[in-house]
Amino acid sequence: MVETLNPPQSSVLTAKDFSSDQEIRWCPGCGDYSILAQVQKVLPTLGIPKEQVVVISGIGCSSRFPYYMDTYGMHSIHGRATAIASGLKATRPELSIWIVSGDGDSLSIGGNHTIHLLRRNFDVNFLIFNNQIYGLTKGQYSPTSEVNKITKSTPMGSIDHPFNPLALAMGADASFVARSMDRDPKHLQAMLTRAHKHKGTSFLEIYQNCNIFNDGAFEIFTEKNTKANETLFLEHGKPLLFGATNNKGIRLDGLKPVVIDLDKGSTWSVSDCCVHDEQDLSKAQILVRMFDSPTHEDHLPRPFGVFYDVLRPCYEDMLKQQIEQAIKDKGVGDLNKLLSGREVWQID
Amino acid sequence: MIQRQQETLKDVIIKFAGDSGDGMQLTGQQFTNNTALLGIDIATFPDFPAEIRAPQGTIAGVSGFQLHFSSDQVFTPGDYCDVLVAMNAAALKTHLPTLKKGGKIIVDIDGFDSKNLRLANYPNEISPLTNGSLEGYQVIQIAITKLTRTCLQEIVELSVKERDRAKNMFTLGFIYWMYGRTLDSTIAFLKERFAKKPLILDSNIKVLQAGYNYGDTTETFTTQYHVEKAHLPKGMYRNVTGNQALAYGIIAASVQSGLPVFLGSYPITPASDILHELSKHKNFSVHTFQAEDEIAAISSAIGASYGGYLGMTTTSGPGVALKSEAIGLAVMLEIPLIIFDIQRGGPSTGLPTKTEQSDLLQAYYGRNGECPLPVVAAATPADCFAMVFEAIRIAIQHMTPVMFLSDGYIANGAAPWKFPNSKDLPKITVNFKKELDEGETKLMPYKRNEQLVRPWAVPGVKGLEHRIGGLEKQNITGNVSYDGENHQKMVKIRQAKVDNIAHLLPDQKMDAGEDSGDILVLGWGSTYGVIQSVVLALRAQNMHISHVHLRYIRPFPKNLGVILKNFKKVIVPEINNGQLIKIIRDQYLIDAKGYNKIMGIPISKSELFAFIEDEHRTLF
Repeated sequence: MVETLNPPQSSVLTAKDFSSDQEIRWCPGCGDYSILAQVQKVLPTLGIPKEQVVVISGIGCSSRFPYYMDTYGMHSIHGRATAIASGLKATRPELSIWIVSGDGDSLSIGGNHTIHLLRRNFDVNFLIFNNQIYGLTKGQYSPTSEVNKITKSTPMGSIDHPFNPLALAMGADASFVARSMDRDPKHLQAMLTRAHKHKGTSFLEIYQNCNIFNDGAFEIFTEKNTKANETLFLEHGKPLLFGATNNKGIRLDGLKPVVIDLDKGSTWSVSDCCVHDEQDLSKAQILVRMFDSPTHEDHLPRPFGVFYDVLRPCYEDMLKQQIEQAIKDKGVGDLNKLLSGREVWQID
Repeated sequence: MIQRQQETLKDVIIKFAGDSGDGMQLTGQQFTNNTALLGIDIATFPDFPAEIRAPQGTIAGVSGFQLHFSSDQVFTPGDYCDVLVAMNAAALKTHLPTLKKGGKIIVDIDGFDSKNLRLANYPNEISPLTNGSLEGYQVIQIAITKLTRTCLQEIVELSVKERDRAKNMFTLGFIYWMYGRTLDSTIAFLKERFAKKPLILDSNIKVLQAGYNYGDTTETFTTQYHVEKAHLPKGMYRNVTGNQALAYGIIAASVQSGLPVFLGSYPITPASDILHELSKHKNFSVHTFQAEDEIAAISSAIGASYGGYLGMTTTSGPGVALKSEAIGLAVMLEIPLIIFDIQRGGPSTGLPTKTEQSDLLQAYYGRNGECPLPVVAAATPADCFAMVFEAIRIAIQHMTPVMFLSDGYIANGAAPWKFPNSKDLPKITVNFKKELDEGETKLMPYKRNEQLVRPWAVPGVKGLEHRIGGLEKQNITGNVSYDGENHQKMVKIRQAKVDNIAHLLPDQKMDAGEDSGDILVLGWGSTYGVIQSVVLALRAQNMHISHVHLRYIRPFPKNLGVILKNFKKVIVPEINNGQLIKIIRDQYLIDAKGYNKIMGIPISKSELFAFIEDEHRTLF
């Protein structure tokens, strides 16, 4: 007997299944469109039932994200998506939770919850759309804006030193740290997939262009003519190479990353390059610090990809373990025993 | 053997006072437990400084624990003490004004050396024990510290500090003797607490017994005092503090609703004990989460509620202020959530360890926008259990955040509790949305039932995927809507939903007296005991006075307006600058009169009695 294996079509989800019926209201040309499209493309490939997916956001342009996803979702309050997601994951660990946030939402008003989410290592995906500006409030500088930035609230230039988001995440002992960009759909899809696969909090910074208030902030990393020399795409187990023909590399001079020339005739070769190891804490610390301004002469390329990926116990698992242990040790709670306590007296 | 008299007393008020490191709270709790177990009615008032170890020997460092016990029903810890135990000069100085004339003072004379006298600001370091200033009191001087040290001199492994730490056990032993008690309950307690420290356990028991024997063998007292069992309603009783009863109410509601608890909390006085208590009961599937701040505490609870758990957060006034925005979100999301506010003196950090009722307006109004939510309040430590159960029932059945108000006095105060049997507790029904209604192709998250309650659709259910959020939403569909008419409609619906709860609440009953008369004393929260005892005393003098105590504050019980209008005068005593009275005046347009005390301590019986007598005179 010959069996034909035709999976029922209805069980195969597509990007369309993850699109809600709501009209998208981001500005035309906004980088958020690409990120939404990549998330909608990746989700059906992950094998998670749609009803198990929850998207939780805070406030800001990026935080409108849940309305456009046909999943469970909550558009919450400024900076608190991380804390709300923590409570949901602590109680419903089987859900696939995606936190969508921006640089203002999660590094300014919600900065505290960001670091605590990372140290607790709830198994959630944390997407930070970094556009280095406040878009929804119409153009003030953000905690990732560069110094001297002229904005509506800094007519003489910003005097705030910006955060290095990935270094901050490493400082909070994040178990997964990665960076991608809106203008590289393939890479972004790969990073989203990796974020999902990682067990623990996946911190994924996504460079996102705000074409209204901060157009071109990441142009040097995203545009064809500069991208090759200004970006470094990390691959586990591979040497750190960049340039149009992989003709440049990163070598560690002690703890200091330096650019080496691999062109013909150079004294350096690929074997001199640092080999990327996602489990190496020291190397990850060095890579996240490759953050100097592209305007500086002799600056290093900006790395993209997975910087760090290690396994560390998740809060929700340990919480469940404690509850199971308590039930094992004391038995399922007996309400009458609890209410009476040990010392009672009778009044007749 | 010395011949002793046995005397039976009806009513005793005793205060244990000492340095905040002297263990007076523990001593008071132990004596309270021992007393309650005999079926004697009790009310307690712990009063301690905000500092853990305030400068030793100073007035600022004095920690006190007052216990009122009686064979009659007890409503308050009492205004003036019969017995004051003072472990040092500062404790005597602080609490002497609250001792009855002729009362007994039991002092540790080792706490009255020149250093202690100086720290307590006694002029020229002259001891009140020797200058005749305590004439008119019965002063019992015992070298408690020295006797404790002597008692433990053979245990060479203990430092002087460790020996001295046991001196409260000497005091407790002595008081146990004085009231003809046994040491069993405290020995059992010590055995549990110091199970892993046999040396400390032995020394504490030894000193406890030494204190008892000291009473028995010296001629300090010729009389032992007894207080008989109180005539409380029949049943099984236990001793409980407000925070304990609150935690038990949470667990009981969890069992009766079948929903596991998630508590997101950030430590804050005087609410932290609820977190401590709940974290002990993980075998009831209680999930406790000590968040990084007050905002994360409530936000995580919102996340848990969204996931179908019983989400809640415990805090005090400053914490509620920080949570306000998230409370607003919960009002918009229309999900169950309970915010427990254990009030303390404010504003700002205020008086962290002192009691106050000054968060009522914050609970009622303290959010941006039109943001109504139900508010309930417990009247006594034992009442916390019943009202928590109610708060949770309302939250679940009406899909709304609920504010529960207690205060430091209720939280830390202990009282006998006629605890219920689980079979007598009502079930709380939960209706999770399981599938789409007929004819629907997607969930209508803001479609409501006849009580205006929307469905609770939790993630994980196929076909009910939907989005909710803090932006105004279109009626029924829940889609974002900036339409003005829709907004007005939604504001009115959210208000009506909360107002409608009144139809399902029990009628307000009279806590004392008839439902009409000359004076109605209207209270809420921890003033219950003092109002009840004053009203009963005035009724015994034939005053036409009644007592109504509100447990449901938003919405009010629907017969409240009628009751208020049946009295010539309504008096509202509060431990704040007049908050319930504002709401009462606003809603019922009556000329209520406030009695307000804002000193971090409960209203005393005598002052309220005098105030009402004066007000009564103005009626005629």
